[in-house]
Amino acid sequence: MIYLKLFWEFLKIGLFTFGGGYGAIPLIRECVRSNGWLSEEMLSNMLAISESTPGPIMVNTATYIGSSQGGVLGAAVATLGVILPSFVVMILFVVFLKRFLEKPAAAAFMSGVKPCIAGIITATGIYMLLTSTAFFTDLKAAIIFAVLAAVCGAFFAAKKKEISPILLICISAVLGAAVYS
Amino acid sequence: MKTIPDLFLTFAKIGAFTFGGGYAMISLIDSECVEKKKWLTHDEFLDMTAIAEATPGPIAINCATYVGYKQAGIIGAVLATLGVVLPSFAIILLISMFFERFLEYEIVANAFKGIRIAVSMLIIRAGAKMLVKMYKKKEKRAENIIFSAAFFGTMLILNFLGIDFSAIYMILIAGTLGLFFFRKRRESK
Repeated sequence: MIYLKLFWEFLKIGLFTFGGGYGAIPLIRECVRSNGWLSEEMLSNMLAISESTPGPIMVNTATYIGSSQGGVLGAAVATLGVILPSFVVMILFVVFLKRFLEKPAAAAFMSGVKPCIAGIITATGIYMLLTSTAFFTDLKAAIIFAVLAAVCGAFFAAKKKEISPILLICISAVLGAAVYS
Repeated sequence: MKTIPDLFLTFAKIGAFTFGGGYAMISLIDSECVEKKKWLTHDEFLDMTAIAEATPGPIAINCATYVGYKQAGIIGAVLATLGVVLPSFAIILLISMFFERFLEYEIVANAFKGIRIAVSMLIIRAGAKMLVKMYKKKEKRAENIIFSAAFFGTMLILNFLGIDFSAIYMILIAGTLGLFFFRKRRESK
């Protein structure tokens, strides 16, 4: 039953992602891989779409994967799954648990989770960079990477803030079309 | 009751106009809900973002649920959450129906080869920013470095060996170890 499976997988993702959308990417990658829902390349494409369209990254990916596996209903159950944990937990917090996070044990648990998430996000990004673009064998990919890195650096030097994801994605699209065509 | 439709529309607007995930959304929620509508005080807003970061799930959903519940109970929470989700749900649903056909054009496929590199870079940047922020803090710096390095290495090795070990387990292990290594000692004077 694909709908139940989608709901359950995204419920888990919603429940174990802390600190925003990027934290979900390692979990999403593993979910689509172990279920055979998307190839590594399609996953990257979909993440690009999620970042260049409005709305939370997790909701966008849930909608996309849900729709690709089970149409409109699939999209609806996957999205419901990913938002349900935060909805329920948040209401519990407002009603009952206001002081819970100040408990030493809860704070210590979260302090352990934070460096882990930072580590696994970085590792996932590096792995995706090295594999999904065939980085070592493809000189063109290395050129695009170098240009993008230079653009990021120049933007930061000029504007004193980092380049927005959507602008970087647009530049990379032009580069990709130019270099590979 | 004018609040309920207002909650829905305000959060639909927030959902429709934030690009790049939760943190971008926080500043829009600040200007809409704190400054314009006065639904939250500034202190409540800070509390809310702290709770949103420490609880699971998309930050935008956490915030919508919180503000909606404060204003109009469960119905308010449901409608604010629905509002924030609906725009991106509709947009992505539409895109997902056409995307694969769209990729058959060679120039689009080539553009996405470039985009994939940018996406990996953005993910690395998000992770690296978290790491830098953490290492700047003096408190528990050694523990933070060891934890992040250990999970970074484990994740990378597991990926390259193609071993399936859920990131969920890693998060649970990290939290459990946190109970031992990050517990604050009771103030004793």
